[in-house]
Amino acid sequence: MKVIFKIWRQENTNTKGNFQSYEVDELTEDMSFLEALDHLNEVLVTKNEKTIAYEYDCREGICGQCGVFINGRAHGPHDNMTTCQLHMRSFRDGETIVVEPWRASAFPIVKDLVVDRSSFDNIIEQGAYISAKTGTAPEANSILVRKEIVDKAMDAAACIGCGACVATCKNSSAALFTSAKINHLNSLPQGKQEASKRVLEMTKQMELEGFGSCTFTGACEVECPEGISIINIAEMNARRTKAKWIG
Amino acid sequence: MLQSKIPEGPLENKWRNYQLKSQLINPANKKKLNVIVVGSGLAGAGAAATLAELGYDVKCFCYQDSARRAHSVAAQGGINAAKNYQHDGDSVWRMFYDTLKGGDFRSREANVYRLAELSAPLIDHYVQQGVPFAREYGGVLVNRSFGGVQVQRTFYARGQTGQQLLLAAYSQLYKMKRAKKVELFPRHEMLDLVVINGKVKGIIVRDLVTGQLKRFAADAVVLATGGYSRVFRLSTLAIGCNGSAIWKAHKRGAFFAAPSFTQIHPTALPQTSDAQSKLTLMSESLRNDGRIWVPKKKGDSRKANDIPEEERDYYLERRYPSFGNLAPRDIASRAAKECIDAGYGVGRLKNAVYLDFKHAIENFGIETIKDRYGNLFKMYKKITGVDAYREPMQISPAAHFSMGGLWVDYELMTTIPGLYAIGECNFSDHGANRLGANSLLQASIDGYFVLPNTINNYLADALREDPVSTEHLEFEKAENEVAEHINKLMLVKGNKTVDHFHRELGKVMWQECAMSRNKEGLVKAISQIQKIKEAFWKEVNITGGYHEMNTELEKALRLADFIELGLLMCTDALEREESCGAHFREEYQTNEGEALRNDEGYSYVSAWEYDQGKFKLHKEALEFENVQPTVRSYK
Repeated sequence: MKVIFKIWRQENTNTKGNFQSYEVDELTEDMSFLEALDHLNEVLVTKNEKTIAYEYDCREGICGQCGVFINGRAHGPHDNMTTCQLHMRSFRDGETIVVEPWRASAFPIVKDLVVDRSSFDNIIEQGAYISAKTGTAPEANSILVRKEIVDKAMDAAACIGCGACVATCKNSSAALFTSAKINHLNSLPQGKQEASKRVLEMTKQMELEGFGSCTFTGACEVECPEGISIINIAEMNARRTKAKWIG
Repeated sequence: MLQSKIPEGPLENKWRNYQLKSQLINPANKKKLNVIVVGSGLAGAGAAATLAELGYDVKCFCYQDSARRAHSVAAQGGINAAKNYQHDGDSVWRMFYDTLKGGDFRSREANVYRLAELSAPLIDHYVQQGVPFAREYGGVLVNRSFGGVQVQRTFYARGQTGQQLLLAAYSQLYKMKRAKKVELFPRHEMLDLVVINGKVKGIIVRDLVTGQLKRFAADAVVLATGGYSRVFRLSTLAIGCNGSAIWKAHKRGAFFAAPSFTQIHPTALPQTSDAQSKLTLMSESLRNDGRIWVPKKKGDSRKANDIPEEERDYYLERRYPSFGNLAPRDIASRAAKECIDAGYGVGRLKNAVYLDFKHAIENFGIETIKDRYGNLFKMYKKITGVDAYREPMQISPAAHFSMGGLWVDYELMTTIPGLYAIGECNFSDHGANRLGANSLLQASIDGYFVLPNTINNYLADALREDPVSTEHLEFEKAENEVAEHINKLMLVKGNKTVDHFHRELGKVMWQECAMSRNKEGLVKAISQIQKIKEAFWKEVNITGGYHEMNTELEKALRLADFIELGLLMCTDALEREESCGAHFREEYQTNEGEALRNDEGYSYVSAWEYDQGKFKLHKEALEFENVQPTVRSYK
């Protein structure tokens, strides 16, 4: 199988980038998309050229480190899938595949396809935790949680922090990411003590980081590898309104 | 002489006795003490957050772009705890015994007992931190079974338990960052350890964005850098997982224990080509309901669903009737290998066995199976394109967990004073084989509960010493050595890629030092690896520069260490002339093909000292005061 990769190359945050094309041969349909890029990099090394920087770690769809725009879609042509789970069987022989980094002002480009997502960590820092010290916990079954509640919390908690929601959003909004974390903790009894403070501080940080506002197009939930629903955003907004006016 | 520092008293009182006697540090003084934690997985993040809560000044480093990506995130199945919520006869003692036996009696009684003892409070801790563990309709926590155990003691959050625990630890870490007690250094990789007058005083790291080398001083250094099974190249680990930090520590004087004890996981997806970069793990929890089989006829090319029931060999159920499909991992992997080697393998490359849910779906209904493993089936479909609700999964053994690691005493301190190793990068609790769902457990217990209670014993004395500055000559020397090492690599300018050499190393390690080993093969492997090492330093090509983000350079630095570590692993496997747990020496087996342990000759922990490119063996005798080692039988 042969494809042409048209890839965004950029030395570092402060330089301008551009697209470069690479014809890559000897691929198989069973190869993952990232393995095809690995192969391209090996070819570049044998030609004594600089390799392309892109991110990955677990390569099984859970660490959230990989993520690029492929042919105009976050994580490639399929819904709800990470870049590392994408295989070459999803492309045609001879196809030109355009590969770009996540585009959002809150995710500055570090190099080539690598972006800086520390803005996500900064949102987490503003309250995505339960303020209890190690060693202070009551017996686990003394906190009962209804199965429906914990299942819903788990749906939200599944977020892998890849940033596809932001990258695909026309406003570069981080509302899906932020709401998933808030709803995970605020819906559980353990998270109730700090619920109001959490929603107010995390959403404030989300705005400070330069993410856009949510206009509820639903684009994010289509690309989210965990299929996290935009209902979370509505719920976050309701929680925020309540926290603001009622406490 | 190795001092394991096991406390006095009966097994069940040892940890309490230890805590009663260990030194304390008052809160005002804790503020003056600096601790470096390398790694941000369950062990590293748990330790960094807890040490910060106690008042120490903490710096935490990880190579990933965020602490939330550490490979603990990928553990699927669950975490064990002796809560006895299922009322099925579980207890701390039984969990201790299961773990010791699962490890084939090659671990310390006292460490394993402590692991079991602290398991219950750990679940309390994680529930308090908001981990959405699975629950019954009545609101209480649910459990399931895992391999090598006959009770239900595994807690889980769908097939994403590791992720949920890690996110809890990561959140706690950020809570302490906000409190300005932890400073985080993502995209920084430790490349050397600084030891001054026999004590650890800091580390040298490379900033992976700018390529700059940086020095950091501390009163104690904690390594929490995970496993090193990427030495096999193809493994279930993340691509970035490496053994470099512990290898540098080893070269600076930390003993390396049981390096060759590697767990080969029985339920990964089979390899499909040479270009493959990793083997995806399917959680062991699938063995709760899935049945493993191969066709009775060699080379049977019929589709799985076309093979009638009487022509299927459910070989685990046949060979190990009391544990069946839940036999421990080493046994299940070796049995699969035997079937595949004998020509019964299935799939395109005949390198897999079936894991079948047909009966489970008939018995419990598809909805129940979806509820239990939905995300795993989804993942299977994404990768293979196959619907496992309709036809069986194809699975195959893959390199997974490192039971070996830096030698540590009861306090989790290595042989270098002030240097600690926690989580998978130490050797302590799993002996020659780790039980499923004990990995998240050990990493968490080490990080949250053990280290924060033992490090003070060392730091109390460190208080009386003058702090060391990074201007110290030893820091300069270490940094220069790292710079030279990098320069040397960059200047090779050969014509082969880093991955080329990694594939070569992986093939040798997988062939000779994985599920089944023998003297001849190991001797051959050592000379082959030496040749790979020579070729690597003559022929590797790294393009791009040193002072920029350069993933080729990162890979090359890690591989240079893996090659040396591979040599030590083979040396260790060669020395141990017995079979135990995951270490199966073909020369030492029973007539039925089971592992033949030799307690008279080998009831010790092998601890290797690095001596100018050679390895010197030290032995820590294992004393069993409470349990009589028996022949491990799962029949």
